[in-house]
Amino acid sequence: MRAFMLVVVLALAPGFALAETQAGTREAPVHAEDPVIEQRLRGIADELRCLVCQNESLAASHAELAEDLRREIRTQMKAGLDDAQVIQYLTDRYGDFVLYRPPLKPVTYLLWFGPLLFLAIGAATWYVILRRRKTLQEAPADPAKLAAAAALLDESQTK
Amino acid sequence: MKRWLPLILFLVLVGFFAKGLFLNPREVPSPFIGKPAPAFSLPLVGNAEASFSPAQMQGQVWLLNVWAPWCVSCRHEHGVLMSLTQAGRIPIVGLNWKDKDREAAALLAATGNPYAFVPDDLDGRVGIDYGVTGTPETYVIDGEGRVAMKHVGPIDMDVWQKKFEPKLKELGV
Repeated sequence: MRAFMLVVVLALAPGFALAETQAGTREAPVHAEDPVIEQRLRGIADELRCLVCQNESLAASHAELAEDLRREIRTQMKAGLDDAQVIQYLTDRYGDFVLYRPPLKPVTYLLWFGPLLFLAIGAATWYVILRRRKTLQEAPADPAKLAAAAALLDESQTK
Repeated sequence: MKRWLPLILFLVLVGFFAKGLFLNPREVPSPFIGKPAPAFSLPLVGNAEASFSPAQMQGQVWLLNVWAPWCVSCRHEHGVLMSLTQAGRIPIVGLNWKDKDREAAALLAATGNPYAFVPDDLDGRVGIDYGVTGTPETYVIDGEGRVAMKHVGPIDMDVWQKKFEPKLKELGV
């Protein structure tokens, strides 16, 4: 079974990696010329997505494009852009996808408020079930059956 | 009805997962669609004195194909690009992205050159301006210099017929 899964995964892999990139495994070189800029870079790069390894942040990624983007951010910061402007510079080019925290706007309402919606659906379902259970409990027992039960109990006690 | 509800919910979930499974995560919506293609001026591969700038293509619909000699998928689409150029379908500009080993001129000489111009983006800065995340990527740019479409990944005949041709028809070419 495991071997079969491996074959499936290997067969699918090229399809998912159609467009390729120069992903390197070597360490990103450390630039420590300006500690203030490095500090700021680290601050915002944690919030930005590496577009090559999409589940890695720009700060953590060793992909070559991430390296280029960090270099670009340094250049922009040295040119005097503040953090918000640098983030704007990147979203102008790569779209909101580059942000790990999507901005609140009509297309992302469902994303932001979806969990609340599901909570409301859950609460409504819960309420309906509780109400139904209450009416069930209040249903009067059949007097004939109660009498039969009492008779049976009496019988077992007198024996 | 009530006993089928869990099954229906399950099938809806499966539907979403199946759709998600077949989406290409690299197909990120480009913020440039409908906006002017970023301007640049870069030297040409094989002729560093001459340069290319998108303004030169004003008035015609063209493709900006981001490629690199080190990119294997680009070689897959090379044949399609060659046949498009041979048929005179549309001018293609091949942005040579981050060709550090300077192999583009030799590769094009050996395999054929489908490009009208090959601007040389050695440090990848123009690529960043276009939001390039990898090669190959192809932009359709209209006569007024706006980005009409972006395609991520290699172009094969199927993609060309289903994605590019309808767009070009829409643009009237």
